[in-house]
Amino acid sequence: MHTHILLDHGSGGLASQRLIKDVFVRHLGNAVLSSLNDAACLDLSGRVAMSTDTFTVTPLFFPGGDIGSLAVHGTVNDVAMCGAVPRYLSCGFILEEGLSLELLERIVASMARAAESAGVQIATGDTKVVPRGAVDQVFINTTGLGELGEGTPPQGNRAAPGDAVLVNGSMGDHGLTVLAHREGLNFRTPVESDSAALNGLVSDVMQAVGDVHVLRDPTRGGLATTIKEIAEQSGVCIELEESRIPFSPGVEEGCSFLGLDPLFLANEGKMICIVPQDMAEKALQAMRSHALGKRAEIVGRVIQGQAGRVVLNTAIGGQRLVHMLEGEQLPRIC
Amino acid sequence: METRGDTRMQGYADPGLCRELADRIRAALTGRLRFMEVCGTHTVSIYRSGLRSLLPPEVEHVSGPGCPVCVTHAREIAACIALARIPGVIVLTFGDMMRIPDSRGMSLQQAKARGADVRICYSPAEALQLARANPDQEVVFLGVGFETTAPAVAAVVKQAGQNGLDNLSLLSCHKRIPPALGHLLAGRDLDVDALLLPGHVSTVIGLGPYSFLGREFGIPSAVSGFEPADILMGLYSLVRQQEKQKPEVINAYPRAVKDQGNRAAQAVLEEVFDSGPAQWRGLGRIEDSGLYLAPEYSGLDAWKRFGLEDIEDREPPGCRCGEVLKGKLHPRQCPLFGAGCTPSRPAGPCMVSTEGSCAAVFKYGM
Ligand code: SF4
Repeated sequence: MHTHILLDHGSGGLASQRLIKDVFVRHLGNAVLSSLNDAACLDLSGRVAMSTDTFTVTPLFFPGGDIGSLAVHGTVNDVAMCGAVPRYLSCGFILEEGLSLELLERIVASMARAAESAGVQIATGDTKVVPRGAVDQVFINTTGLGELGEGTPPQGNRAAPGDAVLVNGSMGDHGLTVLAHREGLNFRTPVESDSAALNGLVSDVMQAVGDVHVLRDPTRGGLATTIKEIAEQSGVCIELEESRIPFSPGVEEGCSFLGLDPLFLANEGKMICIVPQDMAEKALQAMRSHALGKRAEIVGRVIQGQAGRVVLNTAIGGQRLVHMLEGEQLPRIC
Repeated sequence: METRGDTRMQGYADPGLCRELADRIRAALTGRLRFMEVCGTHTVSIYRSGLRSLLPPEVEHVSGPGCPVCVTHAREIAACIALARIPGVIVLTFGDMMRIPDSRGMSLQQAKARGADVRICYSPAEALQLARANPDQEVVFLGVGFETTAPAVAAVVKQAGQNGLDNLSLLSCHKRIPPALGHLLAGRDLDVDALLLPGHVSTVIGLGPYSFLGREFGIPSAVSGFEPADILMGLYSLVRQQEKQKPEVINAYPRAVKDQGNRAAQAVLEEVFDSGPAQWRGLGRIEDSGLYLAPEYSGLDAWKRFGLEDIEDREPPGCRCGEVLKGKLHPRQCPLFGAGCTPSRPAGPCMVSTEGSCAAVFKYGM
């Protein structure tokens, strides 16, 4: 038995088959996947939502998650943000020659656990092995399919003046955790990624509210960039209350140390939810009753005004504009 | 509920305290207070916290030369890029340096994309590990920053010398703040009434090196921290000095800054560096304002080791950072602002650095 990935594992021959059986099917197996046909035959009805994403995170393992669970959560969340019920995922692996099999198994096992708790099946997959140096250990692509119910689904262009803006918890945890872990930085207060599948929370909120106008997960670019996108897509003005936006103490400390703006840090288990004002309290209660929404808050409102403008009422009672992230945030020198 | 306002770090952003200080400033104000915040971290904090909107219109602010990336001269950037292109050289730098363009638009980030070995670090000490791990390559640390960062770099240079690490060197572009302030004030083309002095630099140098400000130029000044209430406290002290017509140097950040500064940091600075003239972007040549390796450490001097001393470059065409840094031009008045110059495609350094005034206005300005 080999201990590391060889180019042979991608040859399509016996080594490939052994890898598929011993690692992928063993961990991810289910009736659809285990039949090992060229395509998965799925049981879906009505309108379908589909999303794809590719995961290249460094480091592969970080406090609160790893690339495997992230690849499941990320795509499950993208499908859920359309108001759909995620059902199936496909996963494509690009593996670097020399990758330890033990490491790969840990990643795949983590994917299996994440898929199971999110209630989705991994229906089909693919593996390629590339020469050492061509990728950084392992890249994973996942595509998700979900069933859309009746009615108009939540969409980025449906925010309307009078709506309330909610988030389900603290901002920036994932972004700061990955950055700190990659660079070996330690803060007095530890930070942990918020990586989680939000489909359960979404379905609770949809049930409580009926018509949710917008759902978006503020991943790269953070809360600021995503809110700005929504304001532009919907042609509305959005006002945020800084003092109501939750942050974990570790994120506050780390950002203050590195000179980063937590509003621009990525999240992997957070959503922005925009609902009619009279439904705001209901949505808030639904969120807070769920394990992933304990620190939910109403953080702002949609108002009439210059289309695409986002104003932040700051914690000290001032005001400033919020823009999209330009390039990557870089920690400061002094 | 735990929100931003309640945590320890945000105590100095308490809205009640900020409002009270803003009221006190308003009450004590006798006329215009156009102040220069010397430090880039102040600039960002002022914009990000929305502090401007709490202050009366008579209090105006001008961004000073205190963003280390902004004042790094085009010739220094050109030297960094030239270094990165030498085969076998690993360039180690703080992240904010990556995107600054030279006059032809080339940056370290672009050099890296074309194969140069440029790595980002968070602490100068990483240079030692990198040099040990790569004995066959030359590791060069880009020393950019003021008295705040220079002591940590000096300590690394000392250690490299002691450990006989001969594949490590320093490209010192370090600069000193007090000579730059003296230069700006002596030039008489600086339109400000008071100075908000940088907290971080002052933790190292203390208050002594600023004493000439009141004595020679009669300008009120105050050392201030970076949270909104810290800045308001500094401003209040400036207003009071103006009211009493008694310019001095006030320490409005005593929780971090001692009047004598940090003696150990001063000692290592003095041992490792000598001061000499330096070119500041936008401000030109300023005597005594650069920090260069002392003769005992000249073997670790990357300027000499790689023959970079004669490199020349000019500032990007059209960029008016010089005037922005002197308070003569608001970033929005620069014809390139927001069109030819944005944080993702910067023409000049004031836009590229997260602490630059153009970037702050672009990102947060109302
Ligand atoms: S807007 Fe750009 S070009 Fe103009 S002064 Fe600022 S940095 Fe220089």
